[in-house]
Amino acid sequence: MPNLPPAADLCRRLADAMRPHATPATALVGIHTGGAWVAEWLHRELGIQAPLGTMNVSFYRDDYSQRGLHAGRKPSSIPFDVEGAHIVIVDDVLYTGRTIRAALNELFDYGRPGKVDLAVLVDRGGRELPIGATWCAHAMQVPAGINLDLERTEDGQLAFRIVEK
Amino acid sequence: MNPQLNKNGELQHLLTIEGLPREIILSILDIAAPFTEVAEREVKKVPLLRGKSVFNLFFENSTRTRTTFEIAAKRLSADVINLNINTSSTAKGETLIDTVDNLAAMQADMFIVRHAASGAPYLIAQHLRATGADHIHVVNAGDGRHAHPTQGLLDMYTIRHYKKDFTGLTVAIVGDVLHSRVARSQIHALTTLGVPEVRVIAPKTLLPTEVERMGVRVFNDMREGLRGVDVVMMLRLQNERMNGALLASPQEYFKYYGLTPDKLEQAKPDAIVMHPGPMNRGVEIDSAVADGGQAVILPQVTFGIAVRMAVMSMLAGN
Repeated sequence: MPNLPPAADLCRRLADAMRPHATPATALVGIHTGGAWVAEWLHRELGIQAPLGTMNVSFYRDDYSQRGLHAGRKPSSIPFDVEGAHIVIVDDVLYTGRTIRAALNELFDYGRPGKVDLAVLVDRGGRELPIGATWCAHAMQVPAGINLDLERTEDGQLAFRIVEK
Repeated sequence: MNPQLNKNGELQHLLTIEGLPREIILSILDIAAPFTEVAEREVKKVPLLRGKSVFNLFFENSTRTRTTFEIAAKRLSADVINLNINTSSTAKGETLIDTVDNLAAMQADMFIVRHAASGAPYLIAQHLRATGADHIHVVNAGDGRHAHPTQGLLDMYTIRHYKKDFTGLTVAIVGDVLHSRVARSQIHALTTLGVPEVRVIAPKTLLPTEVERMGVRVFNDMREGLRGVDVVMMLRLQNERMNGALLASPQEYFKYYGLTPDKLEQAKPDAIVMHPGPMNRGVEIDSAVADGGQAVILPQVTFGIAVRMAVMSMLAGN
């Protein structure tokens, strides 16, 4: 079983890494659902001016024909002007890179950002696309049969659940 | 076996709301919600149906419905082919099944079917299954007097948007229930979703016999029927019915069954007024109501695009 620091520590580590690079022109976009929670926390912690964006990339996924669509996904919301903005995509876990590919495609349907970065709590390896995180709080190799699921308790605490398939 | 579902119980075709499990209706409504946001983007498109060919097969004219399906398919990035059946092979004598076989041979992925004959979309779905071409999905866009499921679904989306919950509502459907596939789809959807009281309000000549067996309460007096309702669903009075012996005149119909501000006062103060369009102002609905604060007729149109996007992308993913 992989040894993973508490999610709260990883959030703080990620915020520290991002802080020197956040400018008044920086905006955050969290990927539903885990990434959106992390982005919400970072948005408060870093005092980001632009309103928080969230994305539901399921309309852009390349495995749609195998997985279909699922009910209960929240709509994307990009409440700021994407044109020319510095955007940090935030996700909980970076794995194959396919979610980030979908997120980039979706983002560009809102406009042409000036710069896009990627911030993740955990890079678990296993990439299938040439995608890397700008900031990553923790890198580790996790075997394919194990899921890392970020969960949020009712009082807003984040925690990883490790699920063996 | 429900001909709309595949082996795994997933939606394969959308032919009617009758007999559709409640969970599937709710999941269509849930999946439609995020699609409403796509229309507000710079690029009003998502790539879900990229490379898929959607054929609009309208054997009966309907510019409005065809356009909404076309917009929905295009916002999903599908290629849309509109067949103008009146000037095509059918007019030259080709049968429905031959038309379908030819389009299947052109690698169609989905048929959106409007037909004057009840059951035509079933026939197509059955034929596709029998010929091993059931990777092609069929959506019923209105067949005869039978069903218009996407209209029923978009109406349910609209009701849920404004009223949140179905289980405490009183809903009245007003007008030509006899000829209306929309009314049948609405009644099946409302009863499946647990609406405790569904009323139909119409003159006796415009009601199917034994309509009560569909689980509705019948009113011939409109004021009485509208008393205390949460939702008023108007039906279009089709002008062609005027020529028969079913109605005296549009003026008389309006007097007894036209929705005026005065009759609407019988409903709850926060009742919403719906209409599937196109409206006949001064026949089934007064302009003061159609343009008034309780009307949600234009939001119905907007939600209709999202609901059709949800249906098409669900089918294509199953």
